[in-house]
Amino acid sequence: MTTRRTAGVRLLAALAVVALSATACSGGGRQKADDGDTGGGNAPGSSGYTIAMITHETPGDTFWDKIRAGANQAAKDEGVILRYSNDPDAAKQAVLIQNAVDSRVSGIATTLVTPNALAGAVRTATNAGIPVVGFNSGIDQYRKLGALMYFGSDETLAGQTAGRRLGQAGAKHPLCVIQAAGSVALEARCAGVKSAVSGTENIQVNGADDAAVVATLQAKLSQDSSIDAIVTLGAPIAIDALKAMDSSGSKAKLVTFDLNAEAAQDIQDGKIDFSIDQQPYVQGYMAVTSLYLYLKNGNDIGGGKAVLTGPSFVDQSNIDKILPFTKNNTR
Amino acid sequence: MSQSVQTAPAPPEPGESPRVTPALRRRVLARPEVGSLVAAVIIFVFFLSAAPSFRSAESLFTVLYQSSTIGIVAVGVGLLMIGGEFDLSAGVITTSAGLANSMLCWYYGINLWVGAAVSLALCLLIGFLNGYLVMRTGIPSFLITLGTFFVLQGANLGVTKLVTGSVSSTDISRMDGFDSLQAVFASSFRVGSVTVWITVLWWALFVALAAWVLQRTRTGNWIYAVGGAPDSARAVGVPVIKTKIALFMTVSFLGWFVGMHTLYRFNTLQAGNGVGNEFLYIIAAVVGGTLLTGGFGNAVGVAVGAFIFGMTSLGIVYAGWDPNWFKAFLGVMLLLAVLVNLYVRRLSTTTRKAG
Repeated sequence: MTTRRTAGVRLLAALAVVALSATACSGGGRQKADDGDTGGGNAPGSSGYTIAMITHETPGDTFWDKIRAGANQAAKDEGVILRYSNDPDAAKQAVLIQNAVDSRVSGIATTLVTPNALAGAVRTATNAGIPVVGFNSGIDQYRKLGALMYFGSDETLAGQTAGRRLGQAGAKHPLCVIQAAGSVALEARCAGVKSAVSGTENIQVNGADDAAVVATLQAKLSQDSSIDAIVTLGAPIAIDALKAMDSSGSKAKLVTFDLNAEAAQDIQDGKIDFSIDQQPYVQGYMAVTSLYLYLKNGNDIGGGKAVLTGPSFVDQSNIDKILPFTKNNTR
Repeated sequence: MSQSVQTAPAPPEPGESPRVTPALRRRVLARPEVGSLVAAVIIFVFFLSAAPSFRSAESLFTVLYQSSTIGIVAVGVGLLMIGGEFDLSAGVITTSAGLANSMLCWYYGINLWVGAAVSLALCLLIGFLNGYLVMRTGIPSFLITLGTFFVLQGANLGVTKLVTGSVSSTDISRMDGFDSLQAVFASSFRVGSVTVWITVLWWALFVALAAWVLQRTRTGNWIYAVGGAPDSARAVGVPVIKTKIALFMTVSFLGWFVGMHTLYRFNTLQAGNGVGNEFLYIIAAVVGGTLLTGGFGNAVGVAVGAFIFGMTSLGIVYAGWDPNWFKAFLGVMLLLAVLVNLYVRRLSTTTRKAG
């Protein structure tokens, strides 16, 4: 079992303290580990604008890193002070919007994943004369809520396009892997795939536990050997799916939504057929930039319609160009 | 939809007359793992009949793999609960362990074995702190480890972001020591058509070790004593503080172990992962007959509890049921397991309770 003697415990504790300090000080080491990205830009706040960005990010998802990287870069380029806050809970996100209104920011960029829950808070903002821009989710409702512009992907369209492409490649029975229960966006993607290939089946996995994802997919693949394509809705899940396909000897085609460095590498190696990218970096960048242009110059982007940042396809034909960007965390 | 009705049958049948129990039978029924074993058999038979693709050795070993990743930490959590404490940080510590190893080595370019050792020391320290704070302050372990849980969750994200600039760790598969560590923590071998993951063997080893300690050693008696009646235990000279701290450190050791498996199987880790698993460990322990109040339970029971969880979560997939109902099925199955467990234990009207 474990050490029982006090001396042993002390030694262990001392060792561990050394270890802790070693890991803790790694922030100031040799690597360029700042998330300040590239380029010089203007002094923060030189434009005089403060923009609040509010999202439903669940901490720990690489996808949101890219949205924030884009937003930070835009803030830097335009000399805007960016205030970022997030909460996956709709009620708390509404409070965050209210906070932004209370602190009299110049503009608000928010995701509208739960439009009804956020409608009140957005109205408070527009009533106070603060311009609001929607991004990432809420494409159907942003106008109704009073947001000026919208930057994001059409999830249903993305799913349909992916499904059509799979159908053309001969897939009859795709498996659509949902990694978080009860998400409208994820369900919309799978519904889109299903509308193009009617044999599509959904499966629920626990995205917070890679081992569980692999085991579940392995079980599914051996339960139903007619599955000829797998659609994952996030890049890390695609990596798990590859492991499951390997273990169960499945020859299914794998496609995924979103990108990360590993998935991009797998696309180059031909293990993943293609990725449906909604370009989160662009969403973050444009959300801030559009507010900047609106405040500075009264511009309106999109001609009264949502600006689509996706679906953009990444496959063998363009991966060589995109791969380096994924390593920069900008794609 | 009509499928959901199918979960209801499989009633607990081992109900004969509880009056005429011979002494041996009473002793068997009084063991904590018997109820969960009966439940496991019922659920197993149920899935054998409901899910054709469940009936293969390959499937069984996929289930065992899934169970082992839960079960390894659950062994420690079970021991700790027998000792009368909780550890809510057991889920995130697996991710902390992997991240510490991965990022330390990646950042400084050192051999992964060194990182694994440092990570182990770090985890043991966290376990020690958990135990020390609980014993020193007298604050319930539920609260102390809830604090650790949040600290680790935040630190996982914060430090990862600081070091790698992203919220996932970097690719370390080409670094020194990766292959040998993978062989230890995350390899698999084939027996006929069956893939056996090494975690299944480790799990069996840890269960056997824990069972031996609990049943055959003085330490085992101490664990039951500190969980059942800490004051009396202290009065008769049981080192309560040391025992409990050691238990917390056992949990963090096993958390480290699973963290190593996850790291060397998946290579890159998402910093937000592992959250929520702490409850699965507790569930496995409780389904396996461990008392929430401490002092009662055993290692085999906890292992059976983890197996029930693994079997149920994958059995639903093997049966091909509507995924939207997944959690509902899972809940029904777990309730069933607990009810059977309770029923079987009631059959023995024994007074043998706390050790």
